[in-house]
Amino acid sequence: MVCESWKTKLDTYLDGNLPDDEMRTFDAHVRTCPSCSAEALSRVQMKRAIQIAGRRFTPSAEFRKRVQQSIAPKRQRSFRWQWLLASVAIAVIIAGALTSSYVGTRSARNHVLIEVADLHVATLASSSPVDVISTDRHTVKPWFQGKIPFAFNLPEVQNSEFTLLGGRMTYLEQTPGAQLIYNVRKHHISVFIFPENSMRARLGERSISPEKMPFNLETWTQGGLRYFVIGDASSADVDNLAKLFKAV
Amino acid sequence: MPEVSPQYDSFEELAMPLFDQLYNFAHWLTQNREEAEDLVQETYAKALKGFSSFQLGTNFRAWMYRILRNTFLTSRTGLRATTTVPLDLEEDGHDVAVENENPETILMSRASSQLLQDAIGNLPVHFREILLLCDVEEMSYQEIAETLSIPIGTVMSRLSRARKTLRDGVRMQLQKA
Repeated sequence: MVCESWKTKLDTYLDGNLPDDEMRTFDAHVRTCPSCSAEALSRVQMKRAIQIAGRRFTPSAEFRKRVQQSIAPKRQRSFRWQWLLASVAIAVIIAGALTSSYVGTRSARNHVLIEVADLHVATLASSSPVDVISTDRHTVKPWFQGKIPFAFNLPEVQNSEFTLLGGRMTYLEQTPGAQLIYNVRKHHISVFIFPENSMRARLGERSISPEKMPFNLETWTQGGLRYFVIGDASSADVDNLAKLFKAV
Repeated sequence: MPEVSPQYDSFEELAMPLFDQLYNFAHWLTQNREEAEDLVQETYAKALKGFSSFQLGTNFRAWMYRILRNTFLTSRTGLRATTTVPLDLEEDGHDVAVENENPETILMSRASSQLLQDAIGNLPVHFREILLLCDVEEMSYQEIAETLSIPIGTVMSRLSRARKTLRDGVRMQLQKA
């Protein structure tokens, strides 16, 4: 391999990310090639300089203490109090087991729906609401390949009242997903798509009707994916866009 | 011995050793001390809340950094700072050609730490974060890919471009000085 070919892999070698057998081969070459050796030395110096310069900011002791206190577990005061509290807790749990389970499920579901609404609002407020700008689903859909861990289909909207504006990557509870933005009668509607298995614990299996949302929203699972259609457009428009997605 | 949920003990034991690095990374992202503190605090709160869904034995560090980065991206500062990465610059797996330029030994020896810090601060966010994760946090490409939710090929090409952009930035600052 000529030196120019070695040098294209030099950064990967210095970052320690070549496969073991290539690392050994590279090691042997660098030891015997003055040009590659010099280049490796200068790049190592650059990495080292970045490392030193990059370790710039340190937290204050007060801030560290504040965060540590916020995540520290609360400890029981005494053995006796522990038994008393445990007895009361058991009685409450027996008395309210079904109710608390229902409330917890509903609370977790509402939390997800509120986060979806926040994502929709944040996108509309952004100066770059979409990462891929196109009205053509054949352009938007392939853009997501390799960026999210699933594939999805987009409906044809050319002969409908909806206009596709584009799409972007998004995250919900640290799960990567796709966001498509549509326009209808000067209103924007977001369609969020996530893997269904990451949402199941919080939303359950079936379609749900959101409670007291500031937007019109529909959500359902289909083909292993969880869809959210949300916007301040009319409920009929949100419902019609949802139907187009359900039909693909 | 006070009774404590093992889950909470584990989270504090795992998360606090990362505190300084997470704060440093947060400060580089937000470029503001108060916003960095807010970002770190929110990250720890979210991570604690979601810790029951974390699989022990998988990469906790990458998980924490991913939460921090995602929290930043959806914050007001993050939405302002994030720029679209043009598609033609993100060719997975394609190596950037090596350029014939001044040896970096000369460049780096002339660049003071302050100048280099300014140059890192001037990088676009997506270049700044990947450079910090690789060279400061010494993450592997696999860890970086998990943190940023991008393919490893994109990690490699983006790192190459980040380093080139940094070198160009340092060179420009040296010429001005």
